[in-house]
Amino acid sequence: MDKQVNNEIMKQKIMVCCGTGCTANGGRDVYKAFLEQLSSISNIEVLPMVKQTGCNGWCEKGPLVKIMPEDITYCGVKVADVGEIIDKTLLQKQVIKRLLYRDPATKKHITSHHQTNFYRKQHKIALRNIGEIDPGNIQDYIDRGGYQALQKAFSSLTPQQLIDEIISSGLRGRGGGGFPTGRKWQACKDAQGSPKYIICNGDEGDPGAFMDRSIMEGDPHTVIEGMILCAYAVGASHGFVYVRDEYDLAVAYLKKAIQDARIHGYLGKGILGSNLNFDIEIVRGGGAFVCGEETALMASIEGRPGEPYDKYVFPTEKGLWGQPTIINNVESWANIPVIILKGAQEFKKIGTAGSSGTKVFSLVGKVVNTGLVEVPMGTSLREIIYEIGGGVLRNRSFKAVQTGGPSGGCIPASLLDLKVDFDTLTQAGSMMGSGGMIVMDDHTCMVEVARYYLNFLAGESCGKCTPCREGIRALLEILTRICDGEGQMKDLDLLEEISSTMQEASLCALGRTAANPVLSTIRYFRDEYLAHIKEQRCPAGVCRKLTTFYIEPEKCNGCGLCTRNCPANAIVGEKKQFHVIDNESCIRCGECYRQCRFDAVQVM
Amino acid sequence: MYIDPREYEYHSEYERMIKAYPPEQRYLLAIMQDIQKEFHYLPRLALKIISQHIGVPFSKVYAIASFYKAFSLVPKGRVVFRVCDGTACHIKNSETLIDQLHKQLGIGPGETSADGEYSLETVNCLGACALAPVMVVNGKVYGKVGPSSIEKIIKEYGGCCHGQAGK
Repeated sequence: MDKQVNNEIMKQKIMVCCGTGCTANGGRDVYKAFLEQLSSISNIEVLPMVKQTGCNGWCEKGPLVKIMPEDITYCGVKVADVGEIIDKTLLQKQVIKRLLYRDPATKKHITSHHQTNFYRKQHKIALRNIGEIDPGNIQDYIDRGGYQALQKAFSSLTPQQLIDEIISSGLRGRGGGGFPTGRKWQACKDAQGSPKYIICNGDEGDPGAFMDRSIMEGDPHTVIEGMILCAYAVGASHGFVYVRDEYDLAVAYLKKAIQDARIHGYLGKGILGSNLNFDIEIVRGGGAFVCGEETALMASIEGRPGEPYDKYVFPTEKGLWGQPTIINNVESWANIPVIILKGAQEFKKIGTAGSSGTKVFSLVGKVVNTGLVEVPMGTSLREIIYEIGGGVLRNRSFKAVQTGGPSGGCIPASLLDLKVDFDTLTQAGSMMGSGGMIVMDDHTCMVEVARYYLNFLAGESCGKCTPCREGIRALLEILTRICDGEGQMKDLDLLEEISSTMQEASLCALGRTAANPVLSTIRYFRDEYLAHIKEQRCPAGVCRKLTTFYIEPEKCNGCGLCTRNCPANAIVGEKKQFHVIDNESCIRCGECYRQCRFDAVQVM
Repeated sequence: MYIDPREYEYHSEYERMIKAYPPEQRYLLAIMQDIQKEFHYLPRLALKIISQHIGVPFSKVYAIASFYKAFSLVPKGRVVFRVCDGTACHIKNSETLIDQLHKQLGIGPGETSADGEYSLETVNCLGACALAPVMVVNGKVYGKVGPSSIEKIIKEYGGCCHGQAGK
C-alpha cells in the first residue's frame, strides 16, 4: 500500500488552481484543456495526473498552473498556452519563461512560487493543504497526514486530555471575537444535557474576506477532522456546517468530503472502531450578514429568521434547540488537527504570547499582490502589505488599511509597524474580525469608506433591537450629509454620541461594533472630515458633489487613456495635445483620475 | 390572498420539491433555497404549500422569505446583472458601474425591468477581490470592469433599447 502511494507521488502532477479567482479568470477551462489535450497524446511515457486544486491565494496572478515534482509555477495561463506547456515543459522538460512570475523589483523570472516573497514570508497551518491537494479526493488529504490527528486522539488521548491540549495551545477563535477555543470546549463538556451539537460557522459575510471559503473549497476534510476531534472531546453526536448559500463550490466539496469520510469510517456510527457516533449535515445560509453572529446562526439552523438573542446563558450550555452547543469558525477548525498532531507546545511557539498560531488574511484593495496570506500572529502590517503584498498599487501613497470588516476600523500609515494580533488591533480601534485586510491609497475617501460600511450595515441589521437599527440609520444619514457637503461641525459630536450608545446598548456584536468604522476614521482621519465639513472639499476626489476634476496642461501628454475610459465622453483633446474635461457632462466618477499615469488629472 | 394564476401551472413541481423534505421547521430554509434556485423567486403558491406541509402559519413562512437576502418574492429578469459592491470593489469604483447600468438599463439596484428582461442586483462580496471590480451576468464573471465597457457587456446580452442606451 505504502509503495503504491509513493509511486503516485513521484508521478508528474499538473495542478491547476480552480479557486474562485482563478475560475473567474478561466482556470477551469485550462484544467479541461489539459485533460483533453493530454488524452490525445501518445508519445508520453507516464501520463501526468491533472488535478484541480483549491485557491492558492495568489489570485492576482491566476490562473495558476503548478507542475510537480519540478516545482514550476506558471501564472496567468490561458487555454491557448496549454499545448505549449505540454510540449515544452512536460515532454521536453523546458521551462517557459514567458509564463513565469517576474519579480517587479529584481526583474528576475522566478520558477517556483515558493521562492516569491508572496509565499516565502508566509507560514501555513490552516492553509497547509490548499493548492497542494484535490479537495474532492480524500486520499490526497490522507497522504498529507490527514486524519492522523484523529487516530492519535483515539489511541492516546482521553477527551479531557484533548481539551487540555487545545487550552494549552492558546488557540483563540478565528471568526472575530478571539474567545479561547479550549475554554469553550471545556464549558460544553461540563454542561449537562444530551445531545450536544457542534457547528462550523462558514457564513463568511464580511465584504472583502474569503479565507473561509478558500478553506472549505480547498481543504474540506480539515474542517471535518477538526469537528470530529471536538465531538470526541465534548461528547457531541451531531454537527452542522453552516455555509453561505453563495458558496456553491464550497457546498459541493463539503458534501463530497462528508460522503467520503463516511465511507472511510471517519463519520457515522462507531468511528474507527471506537464508541463515538458522530455525523455532519450541511445547512446553507440565506445570505444575511447577521447570521455570522452565533445566536442568529443557530436561529437560522432551526428554521427561523436569523435574529440574535441575548447571551445570558452561553450557547455552550443552551444553544441549538436549547442543547449545549459548540460553534467555531472554519479557520479555527482547520487549526485543530494540526494542534493535536504536532502538540500544543509546537503550536504555541508560533505567534505572540496572547495570540498563538497564525492568522489568514485576505489582502485586497489597492495592493499589488491580492490574495490570501497566512502569517504568524505578531507580523507587522508593514511586512504583510509591503513585503508579502508587494506594496500599494502603482506606487501610490498608502493611506490606511481596513481590518475586521464592517465591525472593524481603519488603521493609518503611522501604525504600519503595528504587530498584528487580537489585542493590538483592538487597541488600535479596529479588530481582527475574520481577517479581511483592505488596503487603501490616497484615492480613497475615508469619510466615504465609513459611509459605505454604515450603508452595508443598514441593510444587514436584523432590526430587532433599537440602538442598532436606529443608530445605524442615524449614523448613515449624517455621514451621507457630510459626503454631500452638507455636514456641520456638531455632526462630529453627534456621530460619537450615537456611536457610544450603540456600543453600550445593542443586543449583539453587530450593533455593538457597527460604529467602529466611524469612530476609527474620526480618530485617525479627522482632517478629512474637516475638509468635507468646513471646506466642502473631498481631498481624495471620491465624493461626487464635492469634486471637480481638471487636467493640468503641463502634465498631460495627450495619450488619450482618459478619453477612452470616460463613460460620459466628457474629455476632449487632440492626439498628443493636452486634453480638457467638460464639467457639464462630467459625472465625477473619477475614472480618469485613477487611470492617468502622469498625474495630470487633479482634484480641484 | 392573491396568487398569480400562472403559478398553478407549476403546482405539482412545487409540491414535489417541497415534500422531498420531512415536515420540520428546520428544513424551511433548505426548501426555499431549492425553489429559489429552480424558479429564481419564491412564488406565493409555493410559500402556501410550504406552510401547509411544515405546519407553520403562512406569516411565519413569509417572515423568513422576506428576512433572508437569498430570496426574492418577485420573478427575476431573463438577464441578471449582479455587481459586487464588496469593499475591494467599492474602493475600485464599483459604484460607477452600478450607475452606468442604472442609466443604460433604466432600472435601479434590486429592480427588474417592466418587460421582465433585466434585473440589476448588488451583492456584498463575491470573494473574487483580485478581480475587482467584479460583475456577474447570468453566472458569467467579468473582472476588472471599467465603466466604459458596460455598454459592450449589455450588448452581449442583446440589450440596447432600454433607458438611455438606445438613444
